Amino acid sequence: MKTLLSLIIKEFKLIFRDRWTIMILIGMPIVQIALFGFAITTEIRNINFAVLAPQHNETVRKLVERIDANTYFTFVGYIDQTKDIDQAFRKEKADVVLAFKSDVGQQEASSNGIQLQIVTDASNPNTAKTESMYLMGIMKDYFSKANIGAAGVTSSVRILYNPQLKSTYNFVPGIMGLLLLLICAMMTSIAIVREKEVGTMELLLVSPTRPIFVILAKMAPYLTLSIINYITILVLSVFVLQIPIVGSLFWLSVISIIYVFLALAIGLFISTVMSTQVSAMIVSMATLLFPTILLSGMIYPLENSPVILQYVSCIFPGRWYISAVRKIMIEGLPLHYVLTEINVLILMSVIMITLSLKNFKHRLE
Amino acid sequence: MLCGLSKPTGGKASVAGFDIARQSEKVKQHIGYMSQKFSLYEDLKVKENIRLYAGIYGLSEKQIKEKGERLMHRLNIYDEQNTLVKQLPLGWKQKLAFSIAIIHTPDIVFLDEPTGGVDPLARRQFWELIYEATERGITAFVTTHYMDEAGYCDRISMMVDGKISALGTPKELKENFNANSIDEVFRTLARGAQRGE
Repeated sequence: MKTLLSLIIKEFKLIFRDRWTIMILIGMPIVQIALFGFAITTEIRNINFAVLAPQHNETVRKLVERIDANTYFTFVGYIDQTKDIDQAFRKEKADVVLAFKSDVGQQEASSNGIQLQIVTDASNPNTAKTESMYLMGIMKDYFSKANIGAAGVTSSVRILYNPQLKSTYNFVPGIMGLLLLLICAMMTSIAIVREKEVGTMELLLVSPTRPIFVILAKMAPYLTLSIINYITILVLSVFVLQIPIVGSLFWLSVISIIYVFLALAIGLFISTVMSTQVSAMIVSMATLLFPTILLSGMIYPLENSPVILQYVSCIFPGRWYISAVRKIMIEGLPLHYVLTEINVLILMSVIMITLSLKNFKHRLE
Repeated sequence: MLCGLSKPTGGKASVAGFDIARQSEKVKQHIGYMSQKFSLYEDLKVKENIRLYAGIYGLSEKQIKEKGERLMHRLNIYDEQNTLVKQLPLGWKQKLAFSIAIIHTPDIVFLDEPTGGVDPLARRQFWELIYEATERGITAFVTTHYMDEAGYCDRISMMVDGKISALGTPKELKENFNANSIDEVFRTLARGAQRGE
């Protein structure tokens, strides 16, 4: 027990002596939350819209006023001719043009519905799609209230759990999944491999210390750091990004702990296979960082990927963790809805721990 | 293998009276080891390195303090106890690594090419440290490729192609091979080697 303690003290000293690393590790969640929460959003604001209408009659004016009143849209002016639409896009005066086909007033009277065209600049397809969706939403709302076009089919969409469609709701679980994995797995693997490189691992293994103590001591500071980061992320997301934790904080923490252990085991496994710090880092990046960003549904919805990739994504722990966090934290679902995720994570942990311990003994003893 | 880093596939060997195949844990408690890289934690202070290794070998708090102070006085690095090891010159690191390797007074200490890359003066001082240790009853097991260094030892074993081809005191070896120096003995033996370095 005493030897374990000396080893743990050593690990903490080593990691806290490395000022830069510790600053990066502690600061990373703050920077990430700031970046994803404020800078990178997939929601679109400040949309400039122009209107092409043959007559500026009351119906058109009312509709324009209604859209302009929305915080996302700004009315930039009327366009007189169809060919000017192109000009408006090229000069970046407008992002969206609402084109009335003919005289709206008459059609309104005949109540056959109104013919409208939404023209968007699809050089960024995602933006274009979102803009037109917003615009349709607003107009649908307007027309149904004004009782115009009642003959047409009206569908109503209700958005649950994230009524403002805030993209940060999606990012926070993603950042948690990414950072915990990165700190635990990548840093642990690098730290162990470093000892192999420098030669101190040899000394430890020649000593009467049990190898498992060496490993446990290595993991202790990263476990602590992950817990600090976990708390930081939650505090920031609740108080700065104003994302409430709807579900049980207790189960959220339990799942996170399982995930952290899994990440530590992965780190240990990588360290037993790799022999230099550089290779350990590259392998961690390639097998953990990128798949987690791309295949876990953190940024791109997984449902949009090809089916094969969806199956591939199942082997990456980040996907399961992020999904569980989303369900508990954002949707507030009770525990039994995330049992699959928990079971998969536990199973993965057991496999990784067995594999890495076996490999560790095989390699070094 | 002798230190318990790898398991023997066959045969028999004992270190400090313990069988290396079956009692490797016992062996580990009775040996010290210093690698050719003078492996110390570069980012730890001198004092912390001593404390760490003494702690690993299960020395008590009192012993650690006592032995640590004596060690630092002996090496004249008492004033440097709060210096990071990476700021020490190589020769000092080497001496510190050796002193730490024998801090728990093992029966035998393994030194793996301990004098690589240090200047002749530091090597001289280092051998004085080894002699001091042997006078205290610690056996030193040194591997080296400096033949003049081999001459400092009480018993030399030369291995060619994985087999021990000469074993004895420096004097015996010189007589057996009819040579003037250990270096000559080595040359004679190496000529018969099957594979090149």
